[in-house]
Amino acid sequence: MTRAASGVAAAACLAAAVGLHAAQDARVSAPVVDRPDLLYVRSPAAMRRAALGYHGFAADVYWIRALQHFGRERLAPPGHARTYALLYPLLDLTTSLDPYFSIAYRFGAIFLGEPYPGGPGRPDLAVALLQKGLAEQPQKWQYMQDLGFVYYWHMRDWQTAASWFQRASDVPGAPSWLRPLAAVTLAEGGHRSASRTLWQQLAQSEEAWLRDSAGLRLRQLDAMDAIDALESRIARYRDGHPNEPLTWPGLVAARVVPGVPVDSSGVPLVLDPSSGRVTVAPESKLFPLPGQKPDSGS
Amino acid sequence: MNAARFVAMAVFRESIRDRVFYNLVLFAVLLVGASILIGQLTAGQDVKIIKDLGLSATSLFGLFISIFVGINLVSKEVERRSVYPLFAKPVRRAEFVVGKYAGLLLTLLVNVVVMTVALYTVLFFLARGVPGNIQRAWDAPALDPALLEAIALIYVDLALVTALAVLFSTYSSPMLSAVFTLGLYVVGQFNADLKRFDEIVSSPAAAWIGKACYYVLPDFARFDVKLAVVHGIPVSAGYLAWTTMYAAVYIAALLFGACVIFSRRDFK
Repeated sequence: MTRAASGVAAAACLAAAVGLHAAQDARVSAPVVDRPDLLYVRSPAAMRRAALGYHGFAADVYWIRALQHFGRERLAPPGHARTYALLYPLLDLTTSLDPYFSIAYRFGAIFLGEPYPGGPGRPDLAVALLQKGLAEQPQKWQYMQDLGFVYYWHMRDWQTAASWFQRASDVPGAPSWLRPLAAVTLAEGGHRSASRTLWQQLAQSEEAWLRDSAGLRLRQLDAMDAIDALESRIARYRDGHPNEPLTWPGLVAARVVPGVPVDSSGVPLVLDPSSGRVTVAPESKLFPLPGQKPDSGS
Repeated sequence: MNAARFVAMAVFRESIRDRVFYNLVLFAVLLVGASILIGQLTAGQDVKIIKDLGLSATSLFGLFISIFVGINLVSKEVERRSVYPLFAKPVRRAEFVVGKYAGLLLTLLVNVVVMTVALYTVLFFLARGVPGNIQRAWDAPALDPALLEAIALIYVDLALVTALAVLFSTYSSPMLSAVFTLGLYVVGQFNADLKRFDEIVSSPAAAWIGKACYYVLPDFARFDVKLAVVHGIPVSAGYLAWTTMYAAVYIAALLFGACVIFSRRDFK
């Protein structure tokens, strides 16, 4: 066979392979296997050795894996059992390989404590990760602020949260708003205004994902304010009409509300006909609101 | 030393002929490709990751060149019997060994310099257009001159690896030389563990041997300041000077050893 004929044969075979590939994609779908992510090395000590002198690069690889794992679990279809099982091990490996990888600690602080289905609901692991970061950098006020945040938002321990905000404010170079935040947390722990102050500070962050998360929380707080106002008007109407089942069309007709109320993501709010309680719908981007059961949708 | 310079230039020309610098193309593709893709994957950590990637690739590519070119430097000449006509000329064996070493060092220098320029160029384009408030939140600026400290120590580290490879190349086969050099490089990464050997063994003799190995074996972990530099943690001039001095003396010892071994080989 001549060289030219061999070249033509190679090109023809490659073209056939491409054609078969495309045809298979169009006609036969590959079996979908919903298998959990795997993590072969879980020991930070072993990984530190295996990485030789390339700790920074290995940490970057685990950081990207942590983001992908979190994103895949969070955006998984409803049939998928979201476990976020690898989020902490991956962040632990990342921060063991690169103990100064601040964003990995802060990412863990925000999302490890996030209740299911938005996160694994493990504020204890968020605290452990941040304590590890503080052991490496004891003067990092951002980690203390994040610890205060985890205790405040996820663990509802206002006393400990305030003490962390106070400690953060004592670090030289820490921003001036931390001291009043500590005072507000202590005085108004659990109040919505204190939560709003906390999230407004986090919304000033340079990190886009942190700003997005804070923006969502602030919209949730706005929704909770709006729901309170609605519930109080509905309660007043109910006092005058005790046996009437409550529906949005009925309330609109009675001019209790001007129209079916929607949340900031444009999804109508859900009204419980018997109790008159209002909440966001499960399909809303704001679902679940703090304190709302994620599985019930009410 | 004219002969050594002649040998060094011959090694450099040979490395060009052997397409050693093709790795630079791979390096450039890796960096540019990563800088395009990585912004979508890293939640705002692209500059840090490009720095890590650039420094690691500089070190890793250099390591491969040091080992796989270094182990052939002397042994290939012996195998091909090209040393015979060379030693018929007024070239001393020590000059031959030092020239070979210097030639590879020159190749590595060109390699590292081009990689450094490529890294700074990619970082420049990556940081361009990023708002000032976000740049201020970075641990270190994108075009941080301190990166040069890490790169300088990578080069010193490669110089030491090359000296090891040349030493083994003077008396061993390329395969064994690669195994010895790579083995010592890996052991040198864990040197600190040898120093603390007494914490896990009860035998004073074993602890003493561990400590002796710590001081005698090359401490490659000492040259790694990549993580510190990427996070803007200062590396003192004293540290750089001591580490470079340590490497220079160690390299001198290895090259003297290589010259002694090579001068005792019988080529008749």
